[in-house]
This record gives sequence, C-alpha cells and structure tokens, in this order.
Amino acid sequence: MSKVERQRPFEQDEVKRRSNFNPVEENLTPEQAALEASRCLNCKNPLCRKGCPVSVNIPSFIQKVKEGDIQGAGEIIRESNMLPSVCGRVCPQERQCESKCVLGIKGDSVAIGALERYVGDNSAPVKTQIKENGKKVAIVGSGCAGMSAAADLRNAGFEVSVFEALHELGGVLRYGIPPFRLPRTVLDREIESLKEIGVKFYKNVIVGKSITLNQLKEEGYDAIFICSGAGLPKMLGVAGENLNGVYSANEFLTRVNLMHANEPDTPTPLKVGNRAAIIGGGNVAMDAARTAVRVGYKEVYIVYRRTEEELPARKEEIRHAKEEGIIFKLLHSPVEILGKDGFVNGIKLEVMELGEPDESGRRRPVPTGKFDTMDVDAVIVSLGTGPNPIIQQSATKEHIDIETDKKGYIIINENGETSVKDIYAGGDVAPRGESTAINAMGAGKTAAKAIIEALCTAKV
Amino acid sequence: MEDNVGYKILYKKELCQNQYEIRIKAPFITKNAQAGQFIILRVDKNSERIPLTIADYNRETEELTIVYMAVGYTTKKLSKLGVGDEIEDIVGPLGVPTHIEKYGTVVCLAGGYGAAPCYLIAKAFKDAGNKVYMIMGARNKDLIFWQDKMKNACSELFITTDDGSLGTKGFVTGVLSDIMAKEKVDYAIAVGPMPMMKAVADLTRDKGIKTEASMNPIMVDGTGMCGACRVTVGGEVKFACVDGPDFDAHKIDFDEVINRTRIYKDQEKRCDETNCNMIKQAVELENSMK
Repeated sequence: MSKVERQRPFEQDEVKRRSNFNPVEENLTPEQAALEASRCLNCKNPLCRKGCPVSVNIPSFIQKVKEGDIQGAGEIIRESNMLPSVCGRVCPQERQCESKCVLGIKGDSVAIGALERYVGDNSAPVKTQIKENGKKVAIVGSGCAGMSAAADLRNAGFEVSVFEALHELGGVLRYGIPPFRLPRTVLDREIESLKEIGVKFYKNVIVGKSITLNQLKEEGYDAIFICSGAGLPKMLGVAGENLNGVYSANEFLTRVNLMHANEPDTPTPLKVGNRAAIIGGGNVAMDAARTAVRVGYKEVYIVYRRTEEELPARKEEIRHAKEEGIIFKLLHSPVEILGKDGFVNGIKLEVMELGEPDESGRRRPVPTGKFDTMDVDAVIVSLGTGPNPIIQQSATKEHIDIETDKKGYIIINENGETSVKDIYAGGDVAPRGESTAINAMGAGKTAAKAIIEALCTAKV
Repeated sequence: MEDNVGYKILYKKELCQNQYEIRIKAPFITKNAQAGQFIILRVDKNSERIPLTIADYNRETEELTIVYMAVGYTTKKLSKLGVGDEIEDIVGPLGVPTHIEKYGTVVCLAGGYGAAPCYLIAKAFKDAGNKVYMIMGARNKDLIFWQDKMKNACSELFITTDDGSLGTKGFVTGVLSDIMAKEKVDYAIAVGPMPMMKAVADLTRDKGIKTEASMNPIMVDGTGMCGACRVTVGGEVKFACVDGPDFDAHKIDFDEVINRTRIYKDQEKRCDETNCNMIKQAVELENSMK
C-alpha cells in the first residue's frame, strides 16, 4: 500500500484573508488530485456512497480521476448531482461520505469533497438531446432543491419555470453562504448551465403574492414543486432585542452577500462597530462571524450555550474561524441585550454548565445563576430559521389544504408529495433533520422523480 | 406569461416639488395587488432595495402607479429616470392588504407623501359601503396633490396645511378631533410620518376607536426573511413586511419604531450628504411635533 498522505488544498494566509472575501481554500492542483485519487481503495461495497445523501458513485468517479479523465469523472458525478462544484465546497463531508470511508478508520479518509470540487470545476455538463413532453412544472424557489429538481425535470422533457422572490438566483447559496466559502463565479456557472438546457427563471416573483398556486394551475402548470426553504429567522426573545445593532444572521448576511453593503459605493448601508457577538454555533453563525471579521469588526465572538464538542458547525469552518481570530465564548447564554440611546452597547450572559443529555442526544445546558456582561456594539442572532408562512397563508386563502406540522413545515411523503395532488415540496420547507445543500438537492431529485412518474407514466 | 422583461416607465409626472408619480408595466404585481400593499424596488444593478407603497394599479393594462419623494440617494436616482427607461427590479405585491370591512364611519388620515397610498385604502372602504372621511395634511399648499382623485375616493375630503395656505390651518389631528366631536367614528387608519401616526393613535385611544397605522420601518428583502422591519405590537415582535404593514395603532411601540429608523443615519448622510432620506424624516418629525 502506498503511503500517500491526504492532500490538503492550498489555503489563503490567515492574516490576509481577514480582510477579503476571496475563497479561503484553493482547488487541489492536478498533481494533488491525482495523488488523492490514488488513495481510494475502490471498495467492492463502497460505504462512502451510503454516506452521500444522493448516492454519488464515488469510487467510479475517483477511478476516472486516477485515469486522468476529468470530464468522464464529471459525467459520473452529474448522474446523481448536478452541482458538484457547490456540494464539493459546502457539504459537511466529515458527517457524510468521508465519515464512512474505510481509510478513515485508521487514518485520514479520502478527500472526496475536494475531489468532487476539483472535478466539478474542471468538467462541463453533458448536453443531452431533450425530448419535449409538452408538460409544464412550476418550481417555487431557486435554491438547491429547486435547481436540482429543475435539472432533472428539464432533462426529462418538461417545460420548467423557476420562480424566485429575490432579484438574484440561488437562495441560501446567494444570500447566505459567503463568497469566501462559495465563489460567486461557481454559483453563476451552475445556474447558467441550467439556463442553457432551457430552464426558465423568473426573478422578483413571490408565489403566494405575485402569483398564487391556483393562478399557476390556470397558467397550465401540471405540477408545482414548493422548495421555498426555511428563511424566517428565529429571534432570541430577550429584552433589548429590538435595539439598533441587533441583527438576524439572515439580515446581516443578506446585506453583505446579496446587497454588497461592504463594498465602497454600494448604497445598502452597513454599520460596522468594534465588537460583535454572534449568538449560536451552527454554520450560519460561523459565516456571520467570519463575515463580521471581514467587514471590519475588530473583535468577534461566538456565544454558544454548550461546549465546543456540541458545536453543530462543520469542523473545518470552526478551524477557519479560530484561525481568523474569532473568540469562542462557550457555555454562555444571552439573557438581555443592553443599550444606550437606542443602540446596543452590551450583552448580559448567563454562565451555563452541561447536564444530562436531551432528546437530541447532546448534553443539555443548565443555567448556573452566574452572570457575565460583555461590551459589544452588534449582536447577530443565529439560532436557526423556520419556514416562511407566505405560501401557506396564500394556499389557505385559496382553500388549498396543504398540510403542515405545528411549526409550519409542509408535510410530505417519501416521494415528496404533499397532501394536495400535483403539489410537491422538499428541502428546508419540509420537516427536516440536518438541513444541508446536498439534502435539499436530494429532496429536489426525489420530487422530480415522483413528478416524472406521476405525469409521464400514468398516461399510456 | 412573459419572461422577466424589465419594468418600463410608461408615465411620469412631477406632482409637486420633489414628489413624482410614475406608472410602470408590472404584470406580476398588478395581478393580485390590493389596497395597503407595497412593492420593493431596485433602481439599477448598483442599487439598494427600497419599499414603496402601491398608490394605484390597473389589472387590465397591467400598470402599477407609485408616488415617491425624491429625498435620498435612491429616490433621487429613481427620479432621474424618464418615460421609456427601465427599472431593474420590482417585487410585490408585498404585505397583508388593509383589512376592509363595513365599519360605518371611517376616517383615513394621510400625512405628507403618505397621502398616495390612502387613495386605494379610502376607495376600498367606500366601495365596502362605509362613509369615508379623508384628511390630507401637508406643510403647505404646494405639497398637496391628487385632490380630485382623492375627492372621488371618499365621501368628504378635508385638507390641512401647517401654514394655513390651503384648507384648515394645523395638523390632521385637529380635523379628526372636530369630526370625533360631531359624530361617532368607527374606524381610523393613518398613513404618514411616525409622529403623525402616533398622534392619531393617542387621540383615538381613549374613545376606543379601532385605529390602524401603516408602518414604514427599514426593510431589506420585504419577504419575511431578515427581520430588519421588526416592530413590537402589544408586546410581541412582528415583521412589518409579512405581518403588516398595518397594525393596531394603540398597540404599536412607536418610540421603538422611530428609534429603529435612525440606525443608518450616519451611513445615509455619507451616501447623500446634502439631502438624505433620514434628514428628510428628521425634518418631517420636527415639523410635525412643533
């Protein structure tokens, strides 16, 4: 057995990257990619595939990389995943494919994500001849679920229209995940490839407001796929939450990523202070913290009520955040936001300790009755999001009875069907476990398959 | 259904100093627009998103009317566009439409450039069988517009000016007090600067008159995904863009809303030193509190 070590992509200098939005990680070089591919044992029963939510044929594509056939490798990936350049960058591989890699038992697993990214960036989608089937599908939302469903449905011959509420396409990939994790050229190229196969995109259209579900049916859409995500931010519910300087992570990231508020001469304003506290420990919290550093906050804190062990963010992002100087204030939970003249000037935290495991299996944070106060001029709340109620409210008004659960997520069966015929849903708008780009893509594929079966095979 | 075609300006008129009426072809907005709703607009590719209320619409011609005051960087940029030019992005209709029902006697209070959205609201209440009084207030006669249009939308139109150059001298609240003294008012709705809406709420609270105010906090997306526009109503946090913009005026924490409009004062000053939106709002606030 060769003793090739896991290849690490080149990373931007940790000091320099604090002031720019360029990608932190470069791609593997061709030599690195070949070396990394040579580490794969090409298992007969590849467990890595089981760890991938869309079951990419990982050993096969890696064999192609070994042979130097990058285009061929891309074709294999794109059979299951239309957005390899995105997934190779944003998937939590250490909990998915790479966690199952047999090499990982004794050493480092194969860098499947880095290889997928390399292949995605260096290969082109195959243009197949599309046989029109004369049917129309409306997709509500242009995020990961919408893009993957659009690709599959279009390739199956449907006329596909994607409706997006914002003025740019991509959902969270556009307004949430910062360019230092996902360069916009990569995202734009993926969207462009969908336009090239004939997927139509309508920006500035809010389904439920600009056009309702019934009106879509009147326009001749045979099926509707709702993948409007979970964009409604959860707030803290503590005193002082509406002081100036308290943001949801969504607002903060949207101002920077979508509206470019950090760039000179952009009219969307951003107020940059000295010290920011980000409340929460997920990927969005890391993105917000690392963005805060880049727009010029001098000290940035992650305030999290459990310990580092339980942080839900990707390990790599936590490492990057630390390298960029972000301070982790663990076992602290906010109880009040303090202010002066209407602006935030501090935050009162309660010290926590870990108790018994809760239903999530993680040890529950328990208040100690001890408090701590920090001077900050911004508080960015990143406690997760819930489904946006617009489409559901509109459906109810039209007497379309789409069942939702108590939290407002749309209930679907294993095929992505809702309680209403010809209306499908998937991605973060449906009840979810871990919400990731690749899970949303998987949901898009599932719904697309069900739509194809329902509309193409039923009629003989 | 057409592909995104851009939003062409079909008509433009300066209604009065710095206030413009424009009509735009916007099929996705006129299809479902209702009184009290708003749009978010981005003038060009390097523009912020700003909310503007729907002043009128025509479903057949797919024409949307908006009225705006050229005061800040973005509205000034917008006022430079003419007939035939295209606006980059418009999304809507946003927000919950004004709740229209037959209350009996309804008073619509329109302050400053808040007047335009009151047109559709008054009309809808009148169509629902209410007796509708409209009180339009402005600093002086030069800032009063759409008189004939407003007259048609209500049962009786009152005009107030701070300097008495047209109609009654004083604020809209003066006329509202007179009406309340003479007859039973069942419902009031105020659209205008925050201090004006607050004053209306204070006036009707004791009489138990159901009163709503149309909030205009800072917004970014306008679709409920960021919470920039949050407002405390009856102790609960609401997002004005999806839960409003109309709220029970007796329950709104006006001081908090007014404070929240000050967040970017410094930045806006930098963006447009001489004539920014926040300066204008501050002036309006001072004037209406005099």
